[in-house]
Amino acid sequence: MSRAAAGRAVGLAALVLAAVFPLVVRSATWQNTVILMLMVAQLGVAWNILGGYAGQVSLGHAVFFGTGAYVSTLLALRFGITPWVGMFAGAGVSAALAVVIGWPCFRLKGHYFAMATIAVGEIVQAVVNGWELLGGAVGLSLPLQNTGFWFMVFNRSKLPYHYIALGLLLFTLGVNWLVTRSHVGYYLRAIKDEPDAARSLGVSLTRYKLYAIALSSGLAAMGGTLYAQKELLIDPGSTLSTSLSIKMSLVAIMGGVGTLAGPVIGAVLLTTIEEASRLGFGGTGRGTDMVVYGLLIVVIAVYQPAGVLGWVKQRFPPKAAPAAPGPGGAR
Amino acid sequence: MLSVERLTKRFGGLAANEDVSFEVGRGEIIGLIGPNGAGKTTVFNSLAGFFPPSSGQIRLDGQPVAGLPPERMAALGVARTFQIVRIFKSMTVLENVMVGAMLHHRAVPAAIGKAREALRFTGLDRRAGDPASQLTVAEQKRLEVTRALACEPRLLLLDETMAGLTQNEVQEAVELVKRIQARGIACVVVEHVMEGIMPIADRMVVLERGRVIANGPPRAIAEDPVVVAAYLGEEYRAPGP
Repeated sequence: MSRAAAGRAVGLAALVLAAVFPLVVRSATWQNTVILMLMVAQLGVAWNILGGYAGQVSLGHAVFFGTGAYVSTLLALRFGITPWVGMFAGAGVSAALAVVIGWPCFRLKGHYFAMATIAVGEIVQAVVNGWELLGGAVGLSLPLQNTGFWFMVFNRSKLPYHYIALGLLLFTLGVNWLVTRSHVGYYLRAIKDEPDAARSLGVSLTRYKLYAIALSSGLAAMGGTLYAQKELLIDPGSTLSTSLSIKMSLVAIMGGVGTLAGPVIGAVLLTTIEEASRLGFGGTGRGTDMVVYGLLIVVIAVYQPAGVLGWVKQRFPPKAAPAAPGPGGAR
Repeated sequence: MLSVERLTKRFGGLAANEDVSFEVGRGEIIGLIGPNGAGKTTVFNSLAGFFPPSSGQIRLDGQPVAGLPPERMAALGVARTFQIVRIFKSMTVLENVMVGAMLHHRAVPAAIGKAREALRFTGLDRRAGDPASQLTVAEQKRLEVTRALACEPRLLLLDETMAGLTQNEVQEAVELVKRIQARGIACVVVEHVMEGIMPIADRMVVLERGRVIANGPPRAIAEDPVVVAAYLGEEYRAPGP
């Protein structure tokens, strides 16, 4: 079996597993953990379009997640608009905001771009903390009485959230797949590898980086809406924190940047590690997650910069290609 | 087709190019030579849109293009290679060329078709599926040329494509440039390897300290005492009657 076929088989098996899991495992804790996994995976895939394919590492993506959460929640609270519409409205607002943020930030390269996005994230968090309309530091809560599919609020069982999260993940993967199969995907990879060469071939760096950040942020915002509907309470600490931004990047980096499945693999691993450490430390240590993140970043950077999928690709090369460059064909 | 008019580029107080003027006709091969630091790469970067000139004008079929960014120059039909190769290392050979082909053929299947055609033309088609990072230096340089050709340019700027190649590889590169010219594509070739450029150039433009000191057919250039003194040395003087 070729590696591509093996990849498809594993993907299909994972999908079936994800689809039947909450029907088989009835423990609310486990169900919740898996929903978390799906949501984090979706955010990682969204982040990966900008950070992985285009190579523009954003550490401020919580801004877009939070935008999605706040826009749909405000629309529901003020105008009674269903979050199904709010989700796309949030994506639109987030994409527009991303272009405004991206325009100046893309003048910076590499680490400086990442640092600028951290600053933007912190500024937005501080602003929302003091913004009355958005509930300030207390945040906003959605009423529990409007339940059902139309309101995207389910209080009897977590099951619907599981399938919405799975659906959103598949949608995000689908968008990502379409990008990789279009000229935009090739251009983003070219920009990541050699920006000057890309320009000489007619690729406008600004335009395609803006496409990437708009798409990436819009998808992250959709995840934000789902989070708001699941928790029914959003505040700056839970939706706009830098640790959330780091988490989105970390799952992609762990699994393998610039690959379709990488962030999903990373999300499964990271969520498992987090839950395990929570059990291990008794759930008291608020800072243990940061310790885990820090340790993981160091380990990945030192031993496996290409992530889990990079390791798989090394172990199982696509065909019987020689490991070393062949005996120089043109000589 | 291309005319460079009194092009001047200053970096702070230093004039890397001063009053550089020359013309490139359709399908012509122009050799751009000069000692190290003469300003060849600066001319090149100005033509490709990487440096906006301080003064002067560049015209492409009469249209002023000085100061346009590289991506616009590419769209207008000016493609380039780099002195230090800049291939897309995470991609296959075919994908590298596809990025070039996508300038005029956005859809992936069309880009694949055009890229394969370009690879066949430069003789790299056997390597299409290989990771670009596995190519030899000569093949990587050839890949850059292929990628630039996939942009379907009118003018190709080749920056030291022959440097660091073996004798045989230089011959192959010379053949390739001739076949590119046969397609009606004009080439401006920056080159240190004299046996690579002398036989194929229609005209040579010689730069020294940022200024054009000679402009003419290779044979006349090789005999020009100013050029010989500045750069070439006795060994390239044409043998006497």
